[in-house]
Amino acid sequence: MAEIQSYTMNFGPQHPAAHGVLRLVLEIEGETIQKADPHIGLLHRATEKLAESKPFNQSIGYMDRLDYVSMMSNEHAYVMAIEKLLGVQVPERAQYIRVMFDEITRILNHLMWLGAHGLDIGAMTMFLYCFREREDLMDCYEAVSGTRMHATYYRPGGVYRDLPDTMPKYQESKFRSKKELDRMNAKREGSLLDFIEAFCDRFPGCVDEYETLLTDNRIWKQRTVNIGVVSPERAMQLGFSGPMLRGSGVEWDLRKKQPYEVYDRVDFDIPVGVNGDCYDRYLVRVEEMRQSNRIIKECIAWLRKNPGAVIADDHKVTPPTRVEMKDDMESLIHHFKLFTEGYCVPEGEAYAAVEHPKGEFGIYIVSDGANKPYRVKIRAPGFAHLSAMSEMVEGHMLADVVAVIGTQDIVFGEVDR
Amino acid sequence: MSELYETLAARIHERFGEKMHRVPSTCGELTYELDKDSLIEIATALRNEAAFGFEMLMDVCGVDYLNYGSDEWMTNEATDSGFSRGVEREPVILDEADEFDADRFAVVYHLLSLQHNFRLRLRVFTGSGNPPIIKSVVDIWNGANWFEREVFDLYGVLFEGHPDLRRILTDYGFIGHPFRKDFPLTGNVEVSYDADEGRVVYKPVSIEPRTLVPRVIRDDNRYAADLKDASDG
Repeated sequence: MAEIQSYTMNFGPQHPAAHGVLRLVLEIEGETIQKADPHIGLLHRATEKLAESKPFNQSIGYMDRLDYVSMMSNEHAYVMAIEKLLGVQVPERAQYIRVMFDEITRILNHLMWLGAHGLDIGAMTMFLYCFREREDLMDCYEAVSGTRMHATYYRPGGVYRDLPDTMPKYQESKFRSKKELDRMNAKREGSLLDFIEAFCDRFPGCVDEYETLLTDNRIWKQRTVNIGVVSPERAMQLGFSGPMLRGSGVEWDLRKKQPYEVYDRVDFDIPVGVNGDCYDRYLVRVEEMRQSNRIIKECIAWLRKNPGAVIADDHKVTPPTRVEMKDDMESLIHHFKLFTEGYCVPEGEAYAAVEHPKGEFGIYIVSDGANKPYRVKIRAPGFAHLSAMSEMVEGHMLADVVAVIGTQDIVFGEVDR
Repeated sequence: MSELYETLAARIHERFGEKMHRVPSTCGELTYELDKDSLIEIATALRNEAAFGFEMLMDVCGVDYLNYGSDEWMTNEATDSGFSRGVEREPVILDEADEFDADRFAVVYHLLSLQHNFRLRLRVFTGSGNPPIIKSVVDIWNGANWFEREVFDLYGVLFEGHPDLRRILTDYGFIGHPFRKDFPLTGNVEVSYDADEGRVVYKPVSIEPRTLVPRVIRDDNRYAADLKDASDG
């Protein structure tokens, strides 16, 4: 019999399980992976270099486009870094709104991850279930910012505007009957907070549905248990963060350990895995969705009781209202300066990190006192995770590569930047 | 600055003395500059010694300080040529020089200690040699592998002892190091499909660089050191 030699196989960049534009060069013996060499950068847009050529505020929109399934969390790290340099105080209401939307974003991200991960390793139905709930959360984004994905809602000093009192409704059209229209608009009669609260009441039941489909599913367990095991020591050594680190049993969450905004005032638990395999990371993320739901509920209760300003009153940094601008000379000047030149940030450097759905998302800004950042460095969690790809798939079968890509929750917008 | 960080600063001063030079910070963060020759020794100690316990390297970041502190807005010589008026554009310098300014390239490391819950920033200047070279910390923190490849790709800093120093983010066969300050934002080449030749071809860029908002530096007295200290205290 002829001796079987190891050979090299190309995977991607156009492959539905590559979660974007990942190209993997795999060294395979039989069907066992010996080495994986990820080639990245196919989506490199030089966000950091672009940010150097723009006033601070104009780059917020670029942050949405990094990890394009958890948009507001990216913005959050960026505005926090600027606020740190400026020393601006964010109003309490804005902090609660940010925490609420961070958690909405976490659910958005984890739903996308669960759907795609499920689809990759054979659970077709998950994708449809997850997107059903994602749709409602996208509507929350739309109600508050006007866009479903790239919100640009967080601003240095707060958030762009307060939560709306009405939800946008579906319009009449010849494709929809009156009855159908009423059914679709039924949950949109109240304010945005009512809409989110209705979602929060419904959502734990939805998570139960997902768990019924997957948690004890024999096929799901065969595909995930003992796949891609990472020990806690290796996880730290490789720079893992977020669910990847917690799945290995390291109890580390920036929301608890280095609380920002109002995370020290809300009550939630941190799920931690035991074995560090794909299955544990799945359990961690599912539990995170439940915990996020709890945080959102607490925020809604607080926000209902405490109206107030949502953006700092410092008009060197935040725009004045249109009304003020119309009859106050100084406001007009502030407005003009802010939108033509921007604001100058004092010389210095700051690193702000948030507990992004994928891990620690950090922004390092060096400012030389100009109206544009001198250097912006985006610390993307996915970049560190993907660099451990080779180690995680070594010795596994070809089909497990897909499970590992899924469990890492890779999104190329942030890996390539 | 919090008490926790003062403790850490005291420990660092006690252990390393003059080898680590503390940089004043405005945001309650600890930053140290150190000599590139002592990097490995200090990094190993920071990771392994229980008093520091920095078991995680969160980020490695290159910085090019070429234009630091310079603005573009020359109102005296303003012309009427549109938004880019008054912006003095430096000609593109090709990095063929034997030496750089010793303060030009720096590599910044962000460390995190899970057991003590603190962060630390180290800045190491690469010196004046061309190409800039610095020791790799991959053996100390394995996660540094791709981060160092990225710094090499974007800034051209070489990491001695790195197992696999290839380009990572730019295209196969890319020329230059795009995040250097003398590399134009528009790049040098553009690609298009040539129907006659039946392949993708590279051409010099056809778009002109524009400045929509000029870079200005204004002294804002609200951030003056004495005022800031007064408001903190």
